Amino acid sequence: MSLDPSYLDYPKRGRGMDHGYYPYSSLFDRKPVQWPGDKKLMIWPVISLEYFPMVPNDDPFRAPGHMQTAYPDYRHYTAREYGTRIGIYRLLSAFEKVGAKVSVATNSVIAKRYPQLIEDIISGGHEIIAHSTDMNGTIASGLAEADEKALIEGSLTALEKVIGTRPRGWLSIARSQSFNTAKLLAEAGVDYMCDWANDELPYGFQTDTGAITNIPLNHELSDRQIINVQQQSVDSYAQQMTDAADWLLAEAGQYGGRMLPMHLTPYIMGLPYRISSFEKLIAGFAERNDIGFARGDAILDSWKAQR
Amino acid sequence: MSDVQKSDPGLYDYAAYRGRPKIEWPDGKTCAVWVAPNLEFYELDPAVNPHRKSWPKPHPDVVGYSHRDHANRVSHWRMAEMMTKHGFPGSVSLSVALCDHIPEVVEDAKQRGWEFFSHGIYNTRYSYGMDEAQERAIIEDSIATVERATGQRIRGWLAPALTHTSRTLDLLAEYGMDYTCDLYHDDQPTDVKVKSGQLTAIPYSLEVNDHYGFFIYNMSPREYADTLIRQYDRLAEEGAQSGTVMCIPLHSYLIGQPHRIGPFEAVLEHIAADGRAWITKAGDIVDAFRKQTGGAS
Repeated sequence: MSLDPSYLDYPKRGRGMDHGYYPYSSLFDRKPVQWPGDKKLMIWPVISLEYFPMVPNDDPFRAPGHMQTAYPDYRHYTAREYGTRIGIYRLLSAFEKVGAKVSVATNSVIAKRYPQLIEDIISGGHEIIAHSTDMNGTIASGLAEADEKALIEGSLTALEKVIGTRPRGWLSIARSQSFNTAKLLAEAGVDYMCDWANDELPYGFQTDTGAITNIPLNHELSDRQIINVQQQSVDSYAQQMTDAADWLLAEAGQYGGRMLPMHLTPYIMGLPYRISSFEKLIAGFAERNDIGFARGDAILDSWKAQR
Repeated sequence: MSDVQKSDPGLYDYAAYRGRPKIEWPDGKTCAVWVAPNLEFYELDPAVNPHRKSWPKPHPDVVGYSHRDHANRVSHWRMAEMMTKHGFPGSVSLSVALCDHIPEVVEDAKQRGWEFFSHGIYNTRYSYGMDEAQERAIIEDSIATVERATGQRIRGWLAPALTHTSRTLDLLAEYGMDYTCDLYHDDQPTDVKVKSGQLTAIPYSLEVNDHYGFFIYNMSPREYADTLIRQYDRLAEEGAQSGTVMCIPLHSYLIGQPHRIGPFEAVLEHIAADGRAWITKAGDIVDAFRKQTGGAS
């Protein structure tokens, strides 16, 4: 099949990006960031708290980790529920032990279904950020704008009702957005989103309805990517996070504060045979004076105050 | 003509590894090592090629796009600095539109003394289905764009996203290019049969490409570093019989991630300290090869 002559037209070929969301910027040309407490490296733990309905939805796509067998898929339904019953408490305890406050990206139906869990997260000093409604609440082009707006609003409102304040952050399922998502999030008053993985510090993102900040939640450094997708061991995961921290600390000496996102999934990292290695990892980080832990909103406020 | 599909593309004659004439690299080195950083630009919402999807997800594929954009904002700078620190120049596989979008990155590579060859206009525009005029247009665009941005006349080609037509290699030779990085049949350079001129296939590599290492073989960063060291040690040893070539093909958005760049440093240290490596650029390897084999260039 031959190609249409327009295939060699490049209407956006010119200085800068091929879209208007953010200008080009090199991490190494920016004003150095200083974190509170003179920390050189801020670790940002984000735990995804997910509810998978046993009847999956493929429109616009089926979420990673969703049901796989013919109905009823008890094995995946319950294995995911293990995360919200057991795994999450192992992770919360691990972070409590080192005094770290974390962000919990929460499907809003969790607030209604498991209010005690939400209470434990809040009373532990952690931040709830919005993570759609449930794991059927995926977003991609093809989802009608009105439906996407309702999904975002529904998630934020349901969470606000239970936690008393409106979540300031948003994580899309699989970090998947449509061309409308950032605009709808800005319009809904969300301060930051975590979906774009192109940087290692927060940066400003422009939309038709105003600005929002993107705090990059590195998908390559997630337990899902390293352990589930790439099939590596938890010890290898811990080694990789340690190597990353060492590298970023060295860089921070020259270029200013660095951030290390740590994206966790309770049904992956919260298993009995993995959690000890994880506890050792964060205990090691906590012992170092130049490393801190922070919630997304604290990173956002600190970064914004220095702009 | 070019629509005829051949079961043997007739690219070269068979040549057994045993009993080849000895290739000698300068100063008695046994393995020519070149590093090929892919400096790319991917489009968020590219035109559709009916033969291949640009992104696995509907546009915008936020993870796919932003992962690759990490290269230009963050990881290029990390990778490039480390290469310079250990004395490794780059031979750049360049999405030439990067010269227009983010000249800072191209200028950085130029300042480091790196060599450029074309990797198409964007890595989201594929050659499949192009007619001859279209293919000539992207070659001419590549030559002109890189010359304008860097002053260099490109000498080589790695097809955009490895998409070819059966006339591509003939056209490259016709335009005076010296090397192609698209053929993976050998650990030494080979002249390719082309209609006119001369074109040398220089060993690039998919097997030790960081993309394969991390996403096909699912290696950890340290396993990948170990793989490169083993690859080098073996080729340096065999190169005593007849000089070999090792390419380290990189994508900064992969190798320049914070958990990978530290372990990767051990590879450059190892090769730089070994003493058997001719650490150089693609064009130099092709020139040295042709000088010995009596190439027609």
